[in-house]
Amino acid sequence: MNRNGNTYTFLYAAIMVILVAAVLASVSMALKPRQTRNFEIEKKKNILASVNIESDATNAEKIYAEKILNEYVVNVNGEQVDGDAFNTDLKKERAKDANEMVLPIFEFQTEEGLKYVLPLRGAGLWGPVWGFVSLNDDMNTIYGANFDHEGETPGLGAEISTVAFEEAFVGKKLFDNTGKLVSILVAKVGQVAPEEHKVDGISGGTITSKGLEKMLLDDFTSYQEFLNKKK
Amino acid sequence: MSEPLFSKKNMKLLSDPMNNSNPITVQVLGICSALAVTAQLKPSIVMAISVTAVLALANVIISLLRNTIPNRIRIIVQLVVIAALVILVDQVLKAYVFDVSRQLSVFVGLIITNCIIMGRLEAFALGNRPWQSFLDGIGNSAGYGVILIIVGFFRELFGSGTLFGYKVIPESWYIANGGFYENNGLMVLSPMALIVVGIIIWVQRSKNRKLIEN
Repeated sequence: MNRNGNTYTFLYAAIMVILVAAVLASVSMALKPRQTRNFEIEKKKNILASVNIESDATNAEKIYAEKILNEYVVNVNGEQVDGDAFNTDLKKERAKDANEMVLPIFEFQTEEGLKYVLPLRGAGLWGPVWGFVSLNDDMNTIYGANFDHEGETPGLGAEISTVAFEEAFVGKKLFDNTGKLVSILVAKVGQVAPEEHKVDGISGGTITSKGLEKMLLDDFTSYQEFLNKKK
Repeated sequence: MSEPLFSKKNMKLLSDPMNNSNPITVQVLGICSALAVTAQLKPSIVMAISVTAVLALANVIISLLRNTIPNRIRIIVQLVVIAALVILVDQVLKAYVFDVSRQLSVFVGLIITNCIIMGRLEAFALGNRPWQSFLDGIGNSAGYGVILIIVGFFRELFGSGTLFGYKVIPESWYIANGGFYENNGLMVLSPMALIVVGIIIWVQRSKNRKLIEN
């Protein structure tokens, strides 16, 4: 067959693509269970980090099982409903109508008392950002926070997942004195806000910082009824 | 035409990229990933291994196919082979060394765009037999990996005071503990990788004066 003819070229391309697709699909299927487990361990590690418990890939599952007190989902009215808190896909939930959305809650018993962990999800600059924020049992003061992202720029937006940034959230308050939800402002230089509702944003990572701020406000708003009930 | 597997000419394919035609310090290819992943030693080594796997296999595959590839779509064929191998590497990392794969994040995907790989396929594998192509792939990725590991070593040592995550600089040396030492924050940022690569190029050229252009 003529190697430079159109028929040969098309056939060659088609067969190559089919072969490659078959190889990739089978490898992906073979490795899926291991990868899913890794993602679960990572999630447990992050949840533990939000209640200031350190763990690594080898002991995260064990510590998680020891420390967790309760996990359940609530609706926007703060009523407990049926659901699997750990495997709730926040991306899918956010796409639903507000009254069908379920919100996962994790309760942890720590040395400093009962803590409530709320998972959050929002948008950064290049992709999703997400995190876990733990609250004291006054349902107002932040006890710890852990953030992560898919593809924010290293050194800029990606700084949201550094300990230094996460620690700034400790002790901040969600509600003001009148009981109104103000959430946390991720402030630019010169932005004025009460100290207890403000953390410093990231230089060069303004869009990520503001995305995180919006995530905090939006998601705490969804949890508001639940928080009010528990107070 | 039969030639011993480890003939002098073949060994040169392995050793040349380590020095006279090093992809990073002489050809200045693949710099982007060399800056991005070398803040610590472990990701540098994983990146070096990943690139070695991809480049050696891609070279062999392209070399085996070299007489069948239609000339008009040869770049696309090369790209498909590279992309498929990179996805395989990414999947394997996610399954077996999850924390490293999180650290390398987008850079594994970016192996596809590493000019060293495409360059070797186009310049070598398309015109040479599989064994020679394999050696060329190993040689070039080793030349790339060596630089990555040297840069990673210095950046982790001086930037974080650790190697492979283990403390090597005694705690008592730090100013915070009453000592005299402080980690150099600039070392963990990418610009310092460029400076370290620059220093390596300087050292290499002062030893090997053939490389100095006029």
